[in-house]
Amino acid sequence: MKKLFVLLLALAISPVSIALADAPAASQELLWASDGEANVPYVFHDPAHESQMTGFEYELVNEIAARMHRKAKFIQNDWDGLIPGLSRGLYGMVLDGIEMTPEHKAAVLFSRPYYVTSERIIVRHDQSGLDTMDALKGHTVGTIKDTTAERMLRRQGGSNVRSYEEETNAFSDLRNGRLDAILLDAPIALYYGSISPDMKLVGEPIGSMEYGIAFSPENRALRDQVDAALGEIIQDGTLHRILARWNLWTPLMANYTGDNSQPDIAPTEWDHYRQAMANTTGSGWHVLVRRYVSFLPLIGQAALMTLAVSALAMVLAVALGLLLALARHYGAAPLRFVAGVYVEVVRGTPLLIQVLFIFYGLPAFGIRLSPFMAGVLSLGLNYAAYEAENYRAGLLSVPRGQMEAAIALNMTHWQALRLVIVPQAFRTVVPVMTNDFISLLKDSSLVSVITLTELSQTYVRLSSTYYDYFGTGIMVGLAYLLLGLPFVRLARMAERRLGRGFSGTGHH
Amino acid sequence: MIVRLFFRGFPELADLVLQASGIAKSFGGNEVLKGLSLDVERGELISMIGPSGCGKSTFLRCLNFLEHPDAGSVRIEDVTVACTGKHWSRANEAEAHKLRSHVGMVFQAFNLFPHRTVLDNVMMAPIQVKKMSRDEAQSIACELLAKVGLAGVKDRYPDSLSGGQKQRAAIARALAMKPSVMLYDEPTSALDPELSEEVLSVMRALDDEGMTQLVVTHDMRFARAASDRVLFVEGGEIVESGDPDLMFANPQEGRTRRFLRTLL
Repeated sequence: MKKLFVLLLALAISPVSIALADAPAASQELLWASDGEANVPYVFHDPAHESQMTGFEYELVNEIAARMHRKAKFIQNDWDGLIPGLSRGLYGMVLDGIEMTPEHKAAVLFSRPYYVTSERIIVRHDQSGLDTMDALKGHTVGTIKDTTAERMLRRQGGSNVRSYEEETNAFSDLRNGRLDAILLDAPIALYYGSISPDMKLVGEPIGSMEYGIAFSPENRALRDQVDAALGEIIQDGTLHRILARWNLWTPLMANYTGDNSQPDIAPTEWDHYRQAMANTTGSGWHVLVRRYVSFLPLIGQAALMTLAVSALAMVLAVALGLLLALARHYGAAPLRFVAGVYVEVVRGTPLLIQVLFIFYGLPAFGIRLSPFMAGVLSLGLNYAAYEAENYRAGLLSVPRGQMEAAIALNMTHWQALRLVIVPQAFRTVVPVMTNDFISLLKDSSLVSVITLTELSQTYVRLSSTYYDYFGTGIMVGLAYLLLGLPFVRLARMAERRLGRGFSGTGHH
Repeated sequence: MIVRLFFRGFPELADLVLQASGIAKSFGGNEVLKGLSLDVERGELISMIGPSGCGKSTFLRCLNFLEHPDAGSVRIEDVTVACTGKHWSRANEAEAHKLRSHVGMVFQAFNLFPHRTVLDNVMMAPIQVKKMSRDEAQSIACELLAKVGLAGVKDRYPDSLSGGQKQRAAIARALAMKPSVMLYDEPTSALDPELSEEVLSVMRALDDEGMTQLVVTHDMRFARAASDRVLFVEGGEIVESGDPDLMFANPQEGRTRRFLRTLL
């Protein structure tokens, strides 16, 4: 029991120290964030080397950092978490095709635009006629939520608009006929819609909008430095060269920068991407096998992360759950009340809210946790409530005479609990604990929302990169199964060990 | 016996190992014990008999404070615990803890620890409570288990023992703490007659060694044959107390007579 206390203490203290170590202010690195999951061509995992990041924004930031004599450090975050992370101070700036709309300008500070672009329409290759905004009326049209494209469609009216979080899901729905057309930003349209034979870009570019680098409103100094570097990069033609290599230099950009030169720059990155996709998205079983084999290291790493988070969370849940159960069963009235309230509150609120609350909410009180600690803590604190109820039932299942016999032998209450009651209670709760651990393993997928690269996040990323929800899904599902199996066996062993002396008959 | 009778005439000379006085207890308005008092001489074997629900078990459990009396005091050896009013204080518990070091208890349902072997059951309290070394505890435990005839099953788990073996193990477990007084709460009520005999013979052997024992029992043969003294308890008070042969042959009180007659 002493060991449990020490462990709890360590768990309680360590997040603080980790949080301090994580404080970005101390580092000379230029921390920036984007959602690099299937975010082609902005920031994404190079399909040829899944562990490497690439993208035109990625290159641009590296260039900016070089001009500032700093090293850029990329931080992965979900689209929805990008701006909250900025105000939390997790990183200094965000690039993710963020449009400089009046609403956005009210919330964050922007640099000058680094890209000017327009909307494009994509349809299935056998479709015709849907090549203007007007023509989209009366059809089901997909787009990304909270974008200029979505606002244009809603303002015009007449179309059945479907808004997606991930563009890849929109493309899947276009392929399988749930959508008639897609309207979204030209770079995405180019990189997704024009490289597969079953879709095509139609009509002229529509409208125009600007992407800017977003900063926290308090961080004017950084904005000014970055903006100056960006100005230089535009002036000396570096941006032109970067964009040209990505096949993203357009008349709109020429117009914006006043740079009408036509240097002979090969679209190397564009070709590299198309080549990589052709290699991996081709048909034939050997292509598939090669792709799946290339996924293995990523899925393995992600599985380790899932395992680490789940196992630590379970340790926390078991320790804290036991204390809660003892408090509720044997504690003084105020202690019983507090433990009861804890259990009810934690069981009565969704785990997802708790995860977000701990990661994004607690910094308001000066508690900054790394994503890993926040994940362990939220899962552990959540499951502690369930374990507490489980143990309470276990404690109740131990006959009253056991405590009396221990007291009559002059043990203290604490000794009786530790040596007599708890070991017997554990025996009855092990099967339920096994269940809980399997379920915790699966619930750990929820911590993907706080930027932890575990199995579920890896599934979303890989499947949406290759439009392959089936094969990747089976691989990731297998990984979860394999993680769970040893615990089932471990639990059986524990049951046997604890079950010694219990033949199930004839004892009182 | 003669010596004891002699000392009873001169209480200041008797070696009273246990003195209980004015023990009262009620459960939710139901008065279970109405101020019982009892002096026990060292080496006595006392049987407490009486109808179910008469309070004899509760009285026994008050003697080591498994039950907290509402009033009264208990002295065992040099430790006295006095209860005043309903409140059971931390100081009371500390005193009771000291007092329990002189008392062993055996239960009707044995209450052996099912997750530990017989040997571990006997060794646990000496190691944990008395901080005895494992080796010392083990040698004491083995000796006691041999004494109660369980040397051959010391490494088994309680669940695999017969009822009589379980109760003998429970006695050994209590004896390992070297108590001055042993309390038995219906030790043979859950056992068949021949298994009861195994347990009762252990208790007789302890009596021969001079152990002080208080036994709540329904076994009238044992009460009559083995006890130094029999207490008849009814309605929360000690109705009659005396030499077993005299009491069984010629009860003084009408209530005692009626109770004994129902058993025949």
